[in-house]
Amino acid sequence: MPTNAVVTDIKQVTIRFSGDSGDGMQLSGTLFSTLSAIFGNEIATFPDFPAEIRAPQGSLHGVSGFQVRIGAKDVYNSGDKTDVLVAMNPAALKVNAPYLKKGSIVLFDTDSFQKKDLDKALFKSQDPFEELNLQDIQPIGVAITSMTKSSLEDSGLENKEMLRCKNMFALGIVCWLFNRPLEIADKLLEQKFAKRPKIVVANIKALTDGYNYGNNIHLTASTYRIEPIEATKGFYTDVNGNTATAYGLIAAAEKTGLQLFLGSYPITPATDILQELAKRKDFGVKALQMEDEIAGITSSIGAAFAGSLAATSTSGPGLALKSEALGLAVMTELPLVVIDVQRSGPSTGMPTKSEQTDLNQALYGRNGESPLVVMAAASPTDCFESAYAASKIALEHMTPVILLTDGYIANGSSAWKIPDMKEYPDINPHFVQTHFNGDAGEWKPFMRDEETLVRYWGVPGTPNYMHRIGGLEKDQLTGVISSNPENHQRMVNIRKQKIDNIANFIPEQEVLGDPDADTLIVGWGGTYGHLLETMLRLRDNGKKVAYAHFRHISPLPANSHELLKRYKKIIVAEQNNGQFANYLNGQFADLNNICKYNKVEGQPFKVSDMVEAFTQMMEGK
Amino acid sequence: MEATEIKYQKYLAKDYKSENAVRWCPGCGDYAILTCLHKALAELGVDPHNTAVISGIGCSSRLPYYMNTYGFHSIHGRAAAIATGVKVANPALSVWVATGDGDSLAIGGNHFIHAVRRNVDINILLFNNKIYGLTKGQYSPTSSRGFVSKSSPYGTVEDPFRPAELCFGARGTFFARAIDVDMKTQVEVMVEAARHKGTSVVEVLQNCVIFNDGIHNKISDRNWKADNTITLRHGEKMLFGKENEKGLVLEGWNLKAITIGEEGYTLEDVLVHDATAIDNTLQMKLALMDTTNELPVALGVIRSVEAPTYEQDYEQQIEEVQQKQPKRSFTDFLLASSNVWEVK
Repeated sequence: MPTNAVVTDIKQVTIRFSGDSGDGMQLSGTLFSTLSAIFGNEIATFPDFPAEIRAPQGSLHGVSGFQVRIGAKDVYNSGDKTDVLVAMNPAALKVNAPYLKKGSIVLFDTDSFQKKDLDKALFKSQDPFEELNLQDIQPIGVAITSMTKSSLEDSGLENKEMLRCKNMFALGIVCWLFNRPLEIADKLLEQKFAKRPKIVVANIKALTDGYNYGNNIHLTASTYRIEPIEATKGFYTDVNGNTATAYGLIAAAEKTGLQLFLGSYPITPATDILQELAKRKDFGVKALQMEDEIAGITSSIGAAFAGSLAATSTSGPGLALKSEALGLAVMTELPLVVIDVQRSGPSTGMPTKSEQTDLNQALYGRNGESPLVVMAAASPTDCFESAYAASKIALEHMTPVILLTDGYIANGSSAWKIPDMKEYPDINPHFVQTHFNGDAGEWKPFMRDEETLVRYWGVPGTPNYMHRIGGLEKDQLTGVISSNPENHQRMVNIRKQKIDNIANFIPEQEVLGDPDADTLIVGWGGTYGHLLETMLRLRDNGKKVAYAHFRHISPLPANSHELLKRYKKIIVAEQNNGQFANYLNGQFADLNNICKYNKVEGQPFKVSDMVEAFTQMMEGK
Repeated sequence: MEATEIKYQKYLAKDYKSENAVRWCPGCGDYAILTCLHKALAELGVDPHNTAVISGIGCSSRLPYYMNTYGFHSIHGRAAAIATGVKVANPALSVWVATGDGDSLAIGGNHFIHAVRRNVDINILLFNNKIYGLTKGQYSPTSSRGFVSKSSPYGTVEDPFRPAELCFGARGTFFARAIDVDMKTQVEVMVEAARHKGTSVVEVLQNCVIFNDGIHNKISDRNWKADNTITLRHGEKMLFGKENEKGLVLEGWNLKAITIGEEGYTLEDVLVHDATAIDNTLQMKLALMDTTNELPVALGVIRSVEAPTYEQDYEQQIEEVQQKQPKRSFTDFLLASSNVWEVK
């Protein structure tokens, strides 16, 4: 092992912290990401953990990983393969071996690579590296466990508590490898364990000793320097998609001056939204953990009826349970934001793995002709923008809006420039009293704005506008229940037209890439970062290609048809069996040039796979 | 209560009546319940525009259409959850739930017990006719074992829920019972239900004239009512019978109906009703009395205890948090959060 480390400047690097689900890998990863972001790098993270809280120690299915890609710029996703793997046990090495780049560093804990550990990970030999045929890598074995223990000898901690700090020792080594300043990490640890000073001291000690160890013995051939980004001036923080979604709702409520109400029920991977909003009583948020998914949405419908900005958060199985109530929100034309953090299905599926398989459910999963707005967020920070936009549409157009995010962007983080809310558009709820000046003379409960077809929001507590709404079909003007055939047809048409009209109030679809490309890549939702990089790489390879990423799915932006018709070939890439592609075909019957790229593995797309596949599609193979 | 007194003058029962034609079957017990609710609201004097009536699905759930208040006829079983949202969103509203035995105890059973457990200040009017009327005559979760209906042609082989038991089991703070034909008691318990802070359950024994006619006859029929029912009032002796000549006494752990002056019982022996006792043991026994065990069916307010309400405690939490953390803009909140750095 060379003793003189060379500092190498690189643009991007992908690091994966991996170990048992109890090894604290999520914390190591989060800290490293945050301190890299604060240091001034772009980051994209991918926490990849099992559904089990504490799977059997050392087992293959108990491996928990946290992947982060950092770079000077153009970090669009968390990366396909890793440059550095931290493997706290043999199982972590085995699970991640297929994703190691050539020449990558594998930092492993020699203390946990003993025979019994190898057995647990079902290795047959005593040399896991050879058994996995890992030749072109740089293994760095460090006795992380024993060194952590000796580092904390005088800490006064119990043995168990000392062992818990080994993730910090490992992180210290990684910080040394990447020239990360420890002061930031120290500060983050102080905040994280603010109520347990002894733990703070121990963690910082382990972290520092890990760093010094790396420095003293110059563990590897090279350490890396990634220059800070030249970002727009301003204040930044890092945020994951679920938190950003919660923030988007808070920001929308602040803009309108309405109370924010969330009715929800815990479900992976959406629970963070409930938890974040439950904390935000300083903003007067009312976040109710209800008895089930149905009560989550119906309490929100009640709050919407009563005049709140109402939302409910869930994942696929929960959305299924909410279907009937969603139909009620469509029928009563109440504003409601429904967040579906998609996960692998069907049924319970793979709760901690991400997919885009709920699109059909969002579009069609209700009885009757039941149109509503469907949107999808593209990235962790875009969850903020999308939740804000969803709230605006719901309140101004009196409709439920389903916002699709997914486990990947919900748990993934990126750096986020703190928004100046003055720059965000106003939100004008369609209150009855503002349109009729408190005079009920002319008003009828189902009168509508002529242009938008939006009915007026008469909220209990408002004098003069008492009325009844419900799930039964109603007269198009008076709202009195009606089963008149012509009236029903008209109401079906109106409800559809009202949603279609929203296309006039959302931005036109943008296209990135070559203006004169023949091929258009189409994506939606959380695959944005991977598809963008794929497009850029194809262009680097000399291909002419364009890329459209849809936030608005129902209705589609007004220019969608005209835009799609411009291309000879359209590649729709999504993590399902072609739901958006089929939807586009259904919307625009003359599109006969759609190629589908579908992967349903519960894992993020791989850019390298897509570059290869899209190249073949473009070359007509 | 002072505000209520003043408002009392402001409204008449008809002020709560909407212009929609009532569409229940002629002779249906629901008419009486509707009229009583109009009267109770007038007595309470709550503003129609500050009143929200929420319902699920079923005959009973048509009620909001006939109220000149804010109303929401929702979906099957969900009224209690919707009402929870309404009340928590705006605690100033008077929130009522109109529901049936199928709506609230079968498909909506979960929402019912959890609303009761949370003690949200809503008033649940549970129309119990022991039958599914709107779907034309299937047995309900309150139908007796062996009950023959279209969906149980050989009789049911399941025991019914008794609403009081569910309510008490969910730690209910208010339970009252009335019969559709007894307008006076109905208005009385509805007013009491509204005044009680917390979830109030009012079981109205209601007759379905088409599919289950006479199911409550034993207690609603004028000839038997006096002997087969007892109207409980807090602080008063538990007396019943045409001349109040009968009473309830404790014998061991059990209630016993006696005639004063017989078997050596005097008025002194008759129990006094305590609706406010925290321990609900005796209230439960009273609520479950039945003519089959030779006891009168209890009417009136059986339990009414004070307890924190969900929405008030929620408001208070918000207030406490905001006292520690004065309100700031969303941007300021983000700037003050832990991981913030500046790019210059």
